[in-house]
Amino acid sequence: MNHLFKKRKEQLGFFQGLLSKPKSVNIPREFNESAIMVCDSCGGASSKKDMASNLFVCPSCNYHLKLTPQQRLYQLIDENSFRETNRKMSSTSVALFPGYLDKYNKNVENTGNLEAVVCGVATIGGNKTAIAILDAHFMMGSMGSVVGEKITRLIELADRKKLPLIIFSASGGARMQEGINSLMQMAKTSAALAHFGDNGGFYISVLTHPTTGGVSASFAMLGDIILAEPGALIGFAGRRVIEKTVNEKLPDNFQTAEFIKEKGFVDRIVARKQLRNTLITLLEYHKEASI
Amino acid sequence: MSHLTAWDRICIARSQNRPKSRDILPKLFEDIIELYGDRCYGDDAALIGAIGRFEGMPVTILAQSKGRDLQENLACNFGMMNPEGYRKAMRLAKQAEKFHRPIITIIDTAGAFPGKGAEERGQAEAIASSLKMFATIQTPVLAIVLSEGGSGGALALSVADRIYMMENAVYSILSCEGFASILWKDETRAKEAAELMECTSIDLAKKGIIDGIITEPEGGFDHQSDEVYGQIRSIIRRELNILTKIRVKNLVQQRYEKFRAMGNV
Ligand SMILES: [Zn+2]
Repeated sequence: MNHLFKKRKEQLGFFQGLLSKPKSVNIPREFNESAIMVCDSCGGASSKKDMASNLFVCPSCNYHLKLTPQQRLYQLIDENSFRETNRKMSSTSVALFPGYLDKYNKNVENTGNLEAVVCGVATIGGNKTAIAILDAHFMMGSMGSVVGEKITRLIELADRKKLPLIIFSASGGARMQEGINSLMQMAKTSAALAHFGDNGGFYISVLTHPTTGGVSASFAMLGDIILAEPGALIGFAGRRVIEKTVNEKLPDNFQTAEFIKEKGFVDRIVARKQLRNTLITLLEYHKEASI
Repeated sequence: MSHLTAWDRICIARSQNRPKSRDILPKLFEDIIELYGDRCYGDDAALIGAIGRFEGMPVTILAQSKGRDLQENLACNFGMMNPEGYRKAMRLAKQAEKFHRPIITIIDTAGAFPGKGAEERGQAEAIASSLKMFATIQTPVLAIVLSEGGSGGALALSVADRIYMMENAVYSILSCEGFASILWKDETRAKEAAELMECTSIDLAKKGIIDGIITEPEGGFDHQSDEVYGQIRSIIRRELNILTKIRVKNLVQQRYEKFRAMGNV
């Protein structure tokens, strides 16, 4: 118990440095959980400590577990360099669709975040970068109007400040509960990227597990460079929908990062351990693009 | 305008007898020359690509094509486009930009095709690139939702300076069956989903997503509805007259602002 409390205190200290306005809701959820983690893929158990020091990659099977945005930041960016943007933005339409408000509130409670994306500016190896990280733990990382708006504002910020942009996608697609407004976020974010690109902006898209539907069919597939984490599910339509449509069973590797790379739609698959260094190298190569 | 439920309108929009792109194009344009293929992999019959004249003015036409019977539907994959279709659309849109032709898109699809080959050939990339390309294309784009506008597959051809909808057309994030299946794991609740989805022309006009509605006679328009074709022609005439006079740089900026404002929080 004492041990847990100490850990929690350390974590709070970290976030007080990380966020301009720390709040208790930002305590990552894993520190409220038990100390043993089970791999989603092989079922192997490891201590949370071992898992965290291995960047939440399963030591037995190399499965890359889903990260929270906070974990992703902790692994990637220079210490204390993150300044979050539009942290408090939340949707006004959550009360409009039956059951949406309850679901939304539960997700806020479980994740400590107000929406399925965390955006901000940080340095990575000294390179100042605009970063968005989608959160697959928050309503499957689905894109409603707030996710689209936060990402669009970040793209516009990167355009104004001449910063490179990195977006980590992890999403089941557009958020059904917000209907047509969710769909339109695909057009909005893509349009913002078109202008950012025309103005010389450099954008790295990192596809993580899972990147599907309206997110894969918009900003996720529009990177100047597209990276993917090993084993990530990447595709447009859902496996069951496709199997039903074509009336055949799909191979196990269908829509994996490795499969998508073979088909020519990602530049590189990068293991989590190499991700920070790969990003730094790419950012250094494109420094002049952001001046 | 008639007061029908969303489900009633979905049924009208999907009806076999409702005019399809192949029926309406000759009523709107002259000298139509169809152009095929994406110059990359193949042709997609679910998208008609063509050059035509609208009252004398050369335009590029990109029309999603559903079949009028089973045989036609098998040929055009029930109007569900593959990546080749979006790449063909982009190719012809770039051609339109080069030769200063306005683009008119006709939307009629349940959605992009959820097939094995479609995934292998990059359906997500094709739709994403289409959204991005149309956002900054340097020529006017006018979209008309004819019957069904489903998901990213319809959106990819709707990033336009103006979007009009037939009164009985529907436009939504997903088909109501898909919506019910995702939210409630029960496809049979499609009818219930339809009423919640705010997918009719009236709903979308209220939300400011579309610029206008083309009214239809009770029960939907047909091949003899000359008044309806007259309305469509007068909208195309009026909008092309406005859009072709705007400096291209301003046009693209206004298009950005139009989509920038959608789903504001
Ligand atoms: Zn494992």
